Amino acid sequence: MSEPTESFETVAGCKVHMLRGGRGSPLLFLHGGRGAGVWLPLFRTLSEHFDVIVPEHPGFGRSDTPEWLDNVGDLANFYHEFMDKLGLRNVNLVGTSLGGWIAADLAVRNCGPLRTLTLVAPAGIHVQGVPKGDLFLWTPEQFARNLFFDQALAETMLKQTPDDEERRRQAKNALALAKLGWQPRLYDPNLRKWLHRVSCPTLIIWGDNDKLIPPAYGPAFRDLIPGAKLEVLANCGHLPHVEKTSELVASITKFIAEVGQ
Amino acid sequence: MKFYMIHLMPFADLDLNYDKTYNSAWVTLPNTYYDPSKGAKLYNRYIDELVYADELGFDGVCCNEHHQNAYGLMPIPGVIAGALVRETKRCQVAVLGRALPLLTYPLSVAEEYAMLDNISNGRLIAGFVRGIGAEYHSTGVNPAESHDRFHEAHDLILQAWTRPGPFAFEGKYYHIEYVNTWPRPVQQPHPPIWIPSQGSRETIEWASHPSRKYTYLQTFSPVDQLARFMALYYQQAEKYGYQASTQQLGWATPVYVSDSDEAARREARPHIEAFYNKFLRMPVEMLLPPGYLSLASMQAVTDKIRSGPAAGGYTIEDLSAKGMIICGSPDSVAQQLETYQKQVKFGKLIAMTQFGTLPHDLTVRSMELFAHKVMPRLRHIGEEAATAQVHAAE
Repeated sequence: MSEPTESFETVAGCKVHMLRGGRGSPLLFLHGGRGAGVWLPLFRTLSEHFDVIVPEHPGFGRSDTPEWLDNVGDLANFYHEFMDKLGLRNVNLVGTSLGGWIAADLAVRNCGPLRTLTLVAPAGIHVQGVPKGDLFLWTPEQFARNLFFDQALAETMLKQTPDDEERRRQAKNALALAKLGWQPRLYDPNLRKWLHRVSCPTLIIWGDNDKLIPPAYGPAFRDLIPGAKLEVLANCGHLPHVEKTSELVASITKFIAEVGQ
Repeated sequence: MKFYMIHLMPFADLDLNYDKTYNSAWVTLPNTYYDPSKGAKLYNRYIDELVYADELGFDGVCCNEHHQNAYGLMPIPGVIAGALVRETKRCQVAVLGRALPLLTYPLSVAEEYAMLDNISNGRLIAGFVRGIGAEYHSTGVNPAESHDRFHEAHDLILQAWTRPGPFAFEGKYYHIEYVNTWPRPVQQPHPPIWIPSQGSRETIEWASHPSRKYTYLQTFSPVDQLARFMALYYQQAEKYGYQASTQQLGWATPVYVSDSDEAARREARPHIEAFYNKFLRMPVEMLLPPGYLSLASMQAVTDKIRSGPAAGGYTIEDLSAKGMIICGSPDSVAQQLETYQKQVKFGKLIAMTQFGTLPHDLTVRSMELFAHKVMPRLRHIGEEAATAQVHAAE
C-alpha cells in the first residue's frame, strides 16, 4: 500500500494533522523542525513493511498550536497520550532531529508502549565544545547548502518557489521550532541525566557530514543510552531520510527485524 | 510641537570596509573592530552633545539601548541617563530602551527608572521596548517569547510603581513573592511612558488602550509608513471611544540643518548613507528571528526587506524623498516638518542630530541652527487636539 489516508485527530485538546499508510506493526514517525506535510518516498517504502503514522506536531503545519505548548516535554507527554488514544502498542518509534529529541524524551518518561526506538540525527543534548550550526542565522542559501552533503539536493531546494500557503506553513514551523529549541539551543540540559532509563532497543543514525548537529553527537548519544547502536551514513548531511532514503530504510527494517527475532 | 534629541552613540570610528568581510555591524562583527581609545573619546563627546541640547532649549534628550554592535554603544542606557540627569538642568531625560524581554529580572528596570526619576526630580521618561531581532541572537533570549515576556514584564514594572508593596506577582515568566520596589518614582502615579516601534498593529492597539494612552514613537521609517501607523493610532483611539492627542504621537528621524539645502545635503551625505547602509546593515534572518513579529506581519515585512534598496544601498536623495532624513536649510527643514506634521499629526519630534559618522563640529552646528531657527517656527503647531483631518492621512 502506498497511498496514505489523511485525517485529523484531537488529543489533549489539540487537533493534529496525520498521514497514515501501510500494514504491519505500527511505526510512528516524528518529524524534524521543517515539518511533515507530505508523504515522502521514505514513508512509501516503509509502508511496505509497517503501518506508518506521520503526525504533524502540535504547533506545526496543519496542526493546531495549543495553549499548553511550551517545550519538548509537552510534546513527549502529548505523544504518550496520542499513542493511548490511537491504541498503539509495540510501537516502532522513529524520530529525526527535533522529532528525535521528542522521541528520546518520550522514551525516558516511559518505554512501555515502545518496541524499538530509532533516533536519526536527534537534537536534545549538548556536547561541550561542539557547537551546533546556527540554523536561525543561516540565510536561505546557507540553510539549503548546510543541510545536505549532495549539493544537487541543495540546488533543487533553492529552486523551489513556495506559494503563500507553503510560506505561511514554513513560518509557522520556524516559530514552533524557535519556541521549543531557541534557548538552550536545541537541547534540554536535563535529558542527558535520564537517557539511561531508555529500556527498549535503540538505533542511532547520523550523517557523517551533518553541519547542523555535528557527527560527534552520535557517540555521545550512543554512550548515554544503554545498549544503543550507532550507524554513521557516509556522504550524508542532516537529513538522512531525504538524502539517503534507501540506506535509512534498510537500516531501520534490519534493526527492527533483528529485534523481533 | 515638542522637541527631543536622541543619540544612538554609534562607534563612528568603525572601519566602514568591514562589510567586505562581514555581513552586518551587529551580532557577528568582531568586537576587535572597537578601539577603546577612540571609544572613550566618543562617549564623552556624545554626552556633551546631549547636554548641549538641554542648553539649546530642547524639551528632552533621549538615550537608546542596543547590544553587541557598532550602531549604538549604549547596552546599559542607565549609565548614560545617570550622567544626563545630573548634567542637564531643565530638560526631560528619556531612556528609549529598556528591552524588557531580554532581562531575566525586569524588576531591575522599575528600580533603575525610579532612581533616575528621583535623581532628576521627576524629569524621567520611561521607554519600554522589545529590542530588535538581532538582540535575540546576541543574548540567546527566545524571540518566540518576546511579546509575552514584554507584556508580563511591563505589568510587573507598572504594578511595582503603583501598588503598595510588598505584594506577590504571579506571572508565567516572572513569579516574585515580594515585589516591594525602593525607591518609588517621584512622578505619580508613574513617569510618562513612551513606546518606540518600527510599527505594528499589535503595538498600536496595546499602546493606545485607554488604560495606557502611551506615547507611540515611530522610529526611522519612511513617511508613508509613519502616516499609516499614526492614522492607525488615531483610529484605534476612536474605536476605544476617545480622541487621541497629538502628544501621544512622536516621530524619531535623523535631522540635519546647514546654511543651504545644497550644503546640508553635501555635508550629511556620507554620514547618513553610512548610517543606513553600514551601521544598520543586517540580513533578514538576523533582523527577524521567528516570533519577533506575529505570523500575520512576518511575510509582508520579510518581502519588503528582501526587496530593499538597490545594490549600492540608499542614497541621501532616496532617503530625503522618503522622509528618512529631514535635511536642508533652516527654512526648508521647517517647511518639511510643517508639511509632514499637517499630514501626519504628530506632536513630538525626536531628532537624531548625530548619525553614523557625523563629526562633532557638524553635529553641533546643525543642532544650533535647528534650535535657533527651526524650533521657534514650529513650537505652535502640533499642540492642538487632533481633529478629523487625520482621516486625510488614510
